[in-house]
Amino acid sequence: MEFQPFVRTRMLDAKPAPVTSVGPAGWIRRNLFDGPLNAAMTLVMAFVIFLLLSHLLPWVFLSVWHAESLAECREIIDQRYGTGHSGACWAVIHERFFQLVYGFYPPELYWRPNLTFILMLGALAPILFTQLPRKMMVFSALFPFLGAWLLWGGSVWQPVLVLAGFGIGFAAWTALAKVNGILAIAAGLILPVLWWVFAMEPVVNGLHAVIPLGLEPVDSTQFGGFMVSVVIGVTAITLSLPLGIMLALGRQTDLFIVRTVSIGFIEFIRGVPLITLLFVASTLLNYFMPPGTNFDLIVRVIIMATLFSAAYIAEVIRGGLAALPKGQYEAADSLGLDYWQAQRLIIMPQALKIAIPGIVSTFIGLFKDTTLVSIIGILDPIGLSNAIRADSAWQGIYWELFAFIGFVFFIFCFSMSRYSMYLERKLNTGHR
Amino acid sequence: MATASDPPQGGFQFSQLIYDTRYRSMTIQVATLIGVLALFFWLGANVTQNLADLGKPIDFGFLGEPAGYDINQRLIEYDNQDIHARAAFVGLLNTLLVAFLGCTLATVIGVLVGVLRLSHNWLVARVMTIYVETFRNVPVLLWIVLAMAVMIEALPQPRDFRGDDPAASMVFDAAAFTNRGVYIPEPLFSRSLGDFSFFGIFDISIDLLAILAVLGAGIYAAKLIGRQADRIQNRTGLRPTTWYKTLGVIVVPVLAVLAILGFHLGYPELKGFNFGGGIHLRNSLIALWLALSFYTAAFIAEIVRGGIMAISKGQSEAAAALGLRPSRTMRLVILPQALRVIIPPLISQYLNLTKNSSLAIAVGYMDLTGTLMGITLNQSGRELECVLLTMLVYLAISLCISGAFNIYNQRVKLKER
Repeated sequence: MEFQPFVRTRMLDAKPAPVTSVGPAGWIRRNLFDGPLNAAMTLVMAFVIFLLLSHLLPWVFLSVWHAESLAECREIIDQRYGTGHSGACWAVIHERFFQLVYGFYPPELYWRPNLTFILMLGALAPILFTQLPRKMMVFSALFPFLGAWLLWGGSVWQPVLVLAGFGIGFAAWTALAKVNGILAIAAGLILPVLWWVFAMEPVVNGLHAVIPLGLEPVDSTQFGGFMVSVVIGVTAITLSLPLGIMLALGRQTDLFIVRTVSIGFIEFIRGVPLITLLFVASTLLNYFMPPGTNFDLIVRVIIMATLFSAAYIAEVIRGGLAALPKGQYEAADSLGLDYWQAQRLIIMPQALKIAIPGIVSTFIGLFKDTTLVSIIGILDPIGLSNAIRADSAWQGIYWELFAFIGFVFFIFCFSMSRYSMYLERKLNTGHR
Repeated sequence: MATASDPPQGGFQFSQLIYDTRYRSMTIQVATLIGVLALFFWLGANVTQNLADLGKPIDFGFLGEPAGYDINQRLIEYDNQDIHARAAFVGLLNTLLVAFLGCTLATVIGVLVGVLRLSHNWLVARVMTIYVETFRNVPVLLWIVLAMAVMIEALPQPRDFRGDDPAASMVFDAAAFTNRGVYIPEPLFSRSLGDFSFFGIFDISIDLLAILAVLGAGIYAAKLIGRQADRIQNRTGLRPTTWYKTLGVIVVPVLAVLAILGFHLGYPELKGFNFGGGIHLRNSLIALWLALSFYTAAFIAEIVRGGIMAISKGQSEAAAALGLRPSRTMRLVILPQALRVIIPPLISQYLNLTKNSSLAIAVGYMDLTGTLMGITLNQSGRELECVLLTMLVYLAISLCISGAFNIYNQRVKLKER
């Protein structure tokens, strides 16, 4: 008889995994109760969460949204939820919502900040999302003038003629560029400044007398709430990026004097707290200007905030520049690119990409730091919360205002940090 | 024969200043220098002109005048008849105090949270993420005023501690948490050595110096013991047990000194409407300290997490292959490498905390901003001098901190090629 070996022709089916290692039970076992220490930590954490939520949730949700004063709030809460319950009095947010958002901006003119905000989103869109047509950048460039005019009001000729200054500079440069390079640059820089300082004021007045187009002017002292945070934050952020790039390049260059000036500026600004710079804005900046100059507090704050964040941006970008392999610089040189071409086409795109997380966190930091202006008397949300508490109707209200303000800041900053993660992923061309 | 490298013939032309690379850098530098000097000159001229118009030329004489205001939280003797300069010095010490306390607590919380965020425990990791995101994305000023509100609103009044059945009681009969501040026991010495006057500016307790000296000597001796153990281990391969020697060398002498000096605690007691005795930590100090610590700790946690994650997995696998226990792997392999990544950003967080401590002005803690740039400025009306001095002091603090840590950083830096 022939020997017939046993050959299995079909694989055995895999047995199902033990119940304790798959499905929800397995997940819980692996992630929550993996060993006695982990189990203990899980239980402690769960207890802490339970404690927090059991106090927080009833306070947040068993609350009052409509009332005239804190006393009335308390009465309603006692009636509705029993005397022992302490619930939030969100009525203060409901009643003072517009104040917290716009400060003391005239209510009939709320459409202006609203429109500015919508236009700002439009102007930001092509910068933030590269899929959009590049032509939209023109609007982004014009937006600062449009936005400032909408917010502060005044004659329409003001922003138009400020813009005209750039036109004059450009025209002078193109006209003289063929004649003499130095002369062209000098004229392109000096003529606009002369125009803004000396000629613009009478021309604006003259034009306004002939064609009185304009919006009702609104004083800076009426600005407040989240509006002022966004105005200061966004303006300072936008202005500080180019300044920061220049400072970073200045710090990296071989030119001794330029480097010394850049390092001195950066280290000085980074060494002092923002609050001292804001004090400079509120008390000293007028001393540094020619006698008789007196310009707006918010503009002064924006100047100091810009200088402040530019120094930080410069350091972040310097990190990006330092992280770039030296071969990139040498490759740019060997292609025969000059300094600015190399920076624009080779160095900066890569350095900025490396620096994105740092730049965004600097921006988030600056936006949070706009709350410091409450200390020098600008009515930002925190300043307003003090003002609201000074009202006899809302005396003694703390948590609701803090919770609301904190929540709004959280939304802004958290979305900014998520955007930076998105950008990092999108720009990540490394092949690791 | 003319070669391509010959300089162009002909006289010097004006346009060479900008088109010829040999001269261009010089042109740019000179232009910058002239521009900066002109800017400074212009600003200086404006300041002189403006101050002359106001009739108050730059003068630091006000620092020698009596301050006339009280500072309730202070480290050295001060009363309102002392001069402004001393008030500013008290403020500076207060800044340093809160910066030191804040950096310490922030590091502890930050390292803990950073490590726990990497935990395999899902719940713990999530809770830590929520903590980090919440604290990072809300302004520090809001945390400070919130902490202050908690201190004032949520803690009991001193009179709640009164009576047979008080509404509040002291923790271990030693520390009282009230809405007027925290009272903790103070160290007292019945056979005190007295104070040592530092150039008549402030007094330092000799007891404290003695304890610190003994402690320092103990730590040095412990190091020697460790080195001796290293030598024995290198020679024989066996490491002698040293922990009891180390502990004895550090702890016993300190305890002996404390006993000799007659160390005992002075407990706070309810007297009249308020507590007396013990050390009184004002609400403002506690609020500022906690808020700054928890806020900065969120950033430190991210730095620690990033540092640990930056160490490649191969390192811990290699350590495991060598047979090192997890705790040793952490101590000998991961941490030394992670520290190099962690320390530079950690320094900048310490600097941020120190600078953020200037927000003390929002809760009324009298630090440098509150004294020199606050009340002194308002009383003397010398804005320029006060703000400039304050900036210079902060600048000096920042440079000292970053300088000290940079030296440390140089020492732990990886020596490459």
